[in-house]
Amino acid sequence: MDDGGRAMRSVLADYDPQSFFCEMFRPGQPPHPALDHLLGLLRRMPVASLRRRAAEAERDLLDRGITFTVYSDATAIDRILPFDLIPRVITADEWRVIETGVIQRVRALNLFLHDVYHDQKILKDGIVPAALVLGNPAYCPAMQGFDVPLGTYVHVCGTDIIRDETGRFLVLEDNARTPSGVAYVVENRHVTLRVLSDLMAGLDVRAVDEYGLRLQRAMTEIAPASVTDPQVVLLSPGIFNSAYFEHVFLAREMGIPLVEGRDLLVEDGRVWMRTTAGLAPVHTIYRRLNDDFLDPDAFRPDSQLGVRGLIAAWRRGAVAIANAVGTGVADDKAVYAYMPRIIRYYLAEEPILPNVETMICAEPEGLAHTLAQLDRLVVKPVAESGGYGLLIGPHASLTELDKFRARLQADPANYISQPMINLSVSPTLCDAGLAPRHVDLRPFAVTGRDTWVLPGGLTRVALRPGSVVVNSSQGGGSKDTWVLA
Amino acid sequence: MMSREVIGGTIAASGHLIARHAGSTIWLARYMERIENLARLLDVTKTFARDDGEGRTWLAILHINGDEHHFFARHRAADAESVAYFYLLDKANPSSVQAVIGWARENARTLRALISTEMWLHINVFRNQITRLDLGDIASDRLSAVCAMLREGTQAHTGITEGTFYRDQCWHFYMLGRHLERADQTTRLLDTRFHAVAAEMASDGAEIDAGQWIALLRAAAGYHAYRREYPHGYRPVEVAGFLLKNGAFPRSVWLNLSQVEWHLSQLRSRYHLRGVARPMERIDRLLAMMASQTVEQIITRGLSPFLDWMQAEVAALHEDIATELCGGA
Repeated sequence: MDDGGRAMRSVLADYDPQSFFCEMFRPGQPPHPALDHLLGLLRRMPVASLRRRAAEAERDLLDRGITFTVYSDATAIDRILPFDLIPRVITADEWRVIETGVIQRVRALNLFLHDVYHDQKILKDGIVPAALVLGNPAYCPAMQGFDVPLGTYVHVCGTDIIRDETGRFLVLEDNARTPSGVAYVVENRHVTLRVLSDLMAGLDVRAVDEYGLRLQRAMTEIAPASVTDPQVVLLSPGIFNSAYFEHVFLAREMGIPLVEGRDLLVEDGRVWMRTTAGLAPVHTIYRRLNDDFLDPDAFRPDSQLGVRGLIAAWRRGAVAIANAVGTGVADDKAVYAYMPRIIRYYLAEEPILPNVETMICAEPEGLAHTLAQLDRLVVKPVAESGGYGLLIGPHASLTELDKFRARLQADPANYISQPMINLSVSPTLCDAGLAPRHVDLRPFAVTGRDTWVLPGGLTRVALRPGSVVVNSSQGGGSKDTWVLA
Repeated sequence: MMSREVIGGTIAASGHLIARHAGSTIWLARYMERIENLARLLDVTKTFARDDGEGRTWLAILHINGDEHHFFARHRAADAESVAYFYLLDKANPSSVQAVIGWARENARTLRALISTEMWLHINVFRNQITRLDLGDIASDRLSAVCAMLREGTQAHTGITEGTFYRDQCWHFYMLGRHLERADQTTRLLDTRFHAVAAEMASDGAEIDAGQWIALLRAAAGYHAYRREYPHGYRPVEVAGFLLKNGAFPRSVWLNLSQVEWHLSQLRSRYHLRGVARPMERIDRLLAMMASQTVEQIITRGLSPFLDWMQAEVAALHEDIATELCGGA
């Protein structure tokens, strides 16, 4: 891997991915000309140059306010999502698998949601336990019998995908409520083009800037059919929301007003926005507000963020809402375990992207199995997100295992467990040059009439050595994701 | 449905503007303008202070901003150090540049989907520059450099806005904010400095200290224009007339009110905003009031009450716009 004694020591000289699958070197796979080319460029790049560019990228992100806000006590600090300069590359063949797999999954999710809010065939046929769905806090009885436009519930889906030691793609989680992160996909590309475009020279990397246009089109498709030129708005909780930057980004890319609940009202059964010219009609709401806060009449009566009467107007067909209310029951961590069966049930197809093998602790077998192998499993609470409250068995101390065992036994229904997957790694700029760090991938799928998957996705990287937790709240960063044409 | 075509270079009612965003836009412009004014005032006050007794001069700037009460709650005396600290570093002072840039940025953040990327980027960089200021920067030998930095920062903002801000409804609201703030600042400046200078002149007879007039005009960024207009010297009535009624000086009250009137009329004719009626009525009355009397008449009847009235009217004008067009924001 070295250029030899005389030349400068290559940034990859000490790179050792051990037994993990490396996204750049791809052990056991046929050589790929584009990747070889990229590796050649990387090897010739002095580490000082990489560091200078990394500093530039960081300053650029901060200056552009591509930040999330962390609140503690009385202070608000703008932080950037740490950005690692070295891209994660996905070949055209790999992308075909991801793309078709995600589309298949989104179709199944939408059919599942339609079914559980209508005839509940899948429950009656005993494929998925009825209690798991109907007793789920995310199941929304108010949605029963309501036909959403085009049968689409999940208009924007973020599918979390990981790769095991053999390079196989596995779905770790579906995000079907209000998934975030797509703005980083596009902004990371902009940063790369500004500070590292020479690394892209000679490579045919697919563009990511079409996302806003696609989303805008999907939102137009679901608008009430009687409207010829529908008004779409993006509903945000406001500037104090940690994802506000993304809301702004999307509103700009879609060319639509960015509104808060206080800018909207329901009158005469229709939804209006308060403009300088008075009230103007609204036909589709892309909302980045959780179900609970959408409408104080329908959900939390104390919510100041939503719009009174919105759900009733939606049910009357006066307005479209994306994502639909009640999708949380489909991305629940326990329902996730049934996704392969759900796909087979509705589509009569094998899942293109397999699940990570999952045990449901609510079931006696699953609990017994989990307790027996606690030190080898990852155990996750079903109701949490952001990587909180989970146990990574192989990394836990004996005391931690004991404590967790007690918690698990006290409330088994709250947990699922999965074998420890050795996430793939990608070269990442660290103090000691380029070092392997674990990564995952969240592609974004947009569905109106059809499903389109943004060629790319958010590659999250666990920046701490050895860590597999990629969440930004837990020391994770992100990388630009290059899908080769 | 509203047409979105561009007809003969005129934008026919493009997209809707959320009322609350219109309100934020006005404030963004006002805050940025306010920083520039504050920088000029501080810089000029330093000059005043050199020739004049320290305290009285530094008091003037507190008076202009109506900050005496707030200031003396925390400082014993108004001198270069305490006033510079109060306006440049004190985050708890709502009229300090620290607070004002914070609000400007918060409004920009609200408007981020509407303003240009370059405007947003620059406001962030400028904000970071301002938050990095420390005690060393406000030492008297560095004060002018800091004021220059602030002035240049706001001027860069103005230039970027001119060159990149899409000129639909939102831009008109931005311009309303800028002109309202300039009109307001000029009346305040005139109100505090004019009497001090004019009184001195009356007691000393004909020969007055040109330096005082020069400083006043410099604070309003109008010194050279004034020299060109009135090469013979400084007469109170001419200085007041220049700041109040000159039709070419970018910070005269008259010019800024005329611009407010023009932008309101654009909002009415291009965007058919019915809410323009009330502020339009007020601005017409204001302009008519100014046109109907000479500066001599204004001074004879009392410049100070006139300026007080004008300040109240400018505030009421903003209030009218906010209530009628910006959903009260």
